[in-house]
Amino acid sequence: MSAAPQKAKAGAEKIDVVVSAVVPINELVTRFEFQRPDGAPFPPFSAGAHTVVEMKDKGRTRLNPYSLMSDPADAGTYAISVRRDDQGRGGSLYLHRHVKPGDRLTITYPVNLFPVDLRGRKHVFLAGGIGITPFLAMIAQLETLGARWELHYSVRNEALGTYADQLTARHPGKVHVYYDDRKQAIPLGDLLDGQPLGTHVYVCGPKGMIDWVHRTAADHGWPDAHVHSEEFLAPQPGKPFEVRLCKSDMTILVGENESLLEAMERCGVEAPFLCRGGACGQCETDVVEHDGTFIHRDHWLEEDQQASGTKIMPCVSRFVGKALVLDR
Amino acid sequence: MTIQFNDETFRDDYSFRNSPWAIKRFPFPFHEDSYMYSVNMEQHRGGPAGSVFEKRFDVDEHYISEMRDRAIVLAEDPLRCQSLPHMTLAGWDLLELIMVSKSEDYPDLFQLYRDGNRWRWVNKPLGIDDSFTFMDETTLPHGPMEYITRQTQGDFAVLDQRDDNLWMDAGMITTQADWSLDFDIGMNFFEWHAPVPLAHEMGIFKRALKFLMNVQQGAPARRLNWTMTVNPLLDTSPENYHKWGIQKTELTAENIGAKQHLRVELQTFYRLPRSNALVFPIRCYLIAFQDLVTMPKWGRRLHRVIRDLPEELATYKGFIANRPLMLEYLSRFDDGLPTSPGVWADLETEPPLQK
Repeated sequence: MSAAPQKAKAGAEKIDVVVSAVVPINELVTRFEFQRPDGAPFPPFSAGAHTVVEMKDKGRTRLNPYSLMSDPADAGTYAISVRRDDQGRGGSLYLHRHVKPGDRLTITYPVNLFPVDLRGRKHVFLAGGIGITPFLAMIAQLETLGARWELHYSVRNEALGTYADQLTARHPGKVHVYYDDRKQAIPLGDLLDGQPLGTHVYVCGPKGMIDWVHRTAADHGWPDAHVHSEEFLAPQPGKPFEVRLCKSDMTILVGENESLLEAMERCGVEAPFLCRGGACGQCETDVVEHDGTFIHRDHWLEEDQQASGTKIMPCVSRFVGKALVLDR
Repeated sequence: MTIQFNDETFRDDYSFRNSPWAIKRFPFPFHEDSYMYSVNMEQHRGGPAGSVFEKRFDVDEHYISEMRDRAIVLAEDPLRCQSLPHMTLAGWDLLELIMVSKSEDYPDLFQLYRDGNRWRWVNKPLGIDDSFTFMDETTLPHGPMEYITRQTQGDFAVLDQRDDNLWMDAGMITTQADWSLDFDIGMNFFEWHAPVPLAHEMGIFKRALKFLMNVQQGAPARRLNWTMTVNPLLDTSPENYHKWGIQKTELTAENIGAKQHLRVELQTFYRLPRSNALVFPIRCYLIAFQDLVTMPKWGRRLHRVIRDLPEELATYKGFIANRPLMLEYLSRFDDGLPTSPGVWADLETEPPLQK
């Protein structure tokens, strides 16, 4: 149009940060707080947003998305809470084991794929375990705006009730905690039936919980547009596979413990991405040819698109078979 | 440079004029000798010094007069500015974006002093010096969106993002190319674009929506759009069509150079941080044909674009009836020489008119 055309960059804009605090919350969860090296304020953000944290782990770049859990009104500090995943691919382990106050990291500008619907007359939050993090920011934002909300929070036991005590103390009557080890469960059906018209419900937690909430809400006559969810998928390991990238004119091998997107990046191919968790759609890639089976794990493609074998989301999906050629 | 603000009108006696500076920096929208729709987006991160792309919110010689015209439109028709209740937070986002951008980009004209939520805003060209509490509507004379857009050139559509769509839920629309906020308020992206011909079949809107929903904080985007306007009217709204539509019939071979204007919109797109809404500033630039053809390349190219434009587009843009008259005039400035690629006038390298 005006100046020379600029190529779209992979990922959101970046921000250099200093780790200002590392606070263990319980046996599994640690909070990491960030400030800017020059003390400048962070950009404001909307509750529900995530940031992608870039980690340099022995020559390997790890990029993991985490919900921003700090008060969006606090421009001095961004905070994330990370659950250690001993069976995971190592991003959370790296943060827990190696990241110390004073360390420099790079994070992306906030990206929101789980926004609050500000039309809501009331907001009901349903959290499972570490799924509490986006709701901490939402609660802070809605308190500032004076909006109605309540939280129903399911945790394994008291010791692993991340921020449960703090939330209960600060917002008595609005926060309800349910303990698995006491055989307590969110009374979802009754809860949904009892809400005033114009209520929005938000769920963040394990996949089973998200599916349960969507299904139950539909059964109880809730419109889809009033039920919001966010689930970040971590790429799962799988058998190595070979991919031909025709635009880049190279053939790459995707290792057992890396995603297709990560393998492309390792080989110097600039591929677009934002969430790296199968939700945002940014990395959608056309399949030119294939002889084998896709393991689609994203939330982006429609079922018929997944079945058609013409598209793949390289951030989380894999392939098993003889040949795969992508338009990248 | 210091801007010399014009004292001019966009109605009645139409005293609007572009200085040689404004002509030279006009955002000519055609990068080649033909035109078809495209999702012609690029990042909005500055541009050549002095160009309208350089600053986040361009301020030019028409600033004060444009703001005066907006106040007249609003006094006659308050529904040109609307904000549904859930969009107030986006209004504060927009106020912050504009105040921060303008005070950084034009420190001699605009100043912002912040102490927590206690803010002081100084707008020298308009003689404003207001102190208020950020996020407290009772401390401003208007809602936050209306307050700041009464002081900023261009229309503003503020779009809520939800349910995989964008919704026209707030806006300040007084300089529009024949569309109505009051009609479109609450509509989604596909609904408000329904009248546009050809583009739906081309899949333009699906791609554009996908792009826009992915515009991220810190990475604004921009594109140009264009149409034609007889007389330098900012307010070419459906609400006032009975006043300006008739003026299209007053064009003659004698007055076309002065009366016929190319109308270009610099459209930018910003993700708003607190509300996750998207703001879509639509800045209108007008140039009379007789001024535009002083740039030989633009004269040659505009003739070719208008001549070859598909009939549907000339109809949709509202100048099909005047196209023969335009071509008769513009052909005098087309000598058939090739033109350099890109939108810039390239005054130093493009040959003068050879006839």
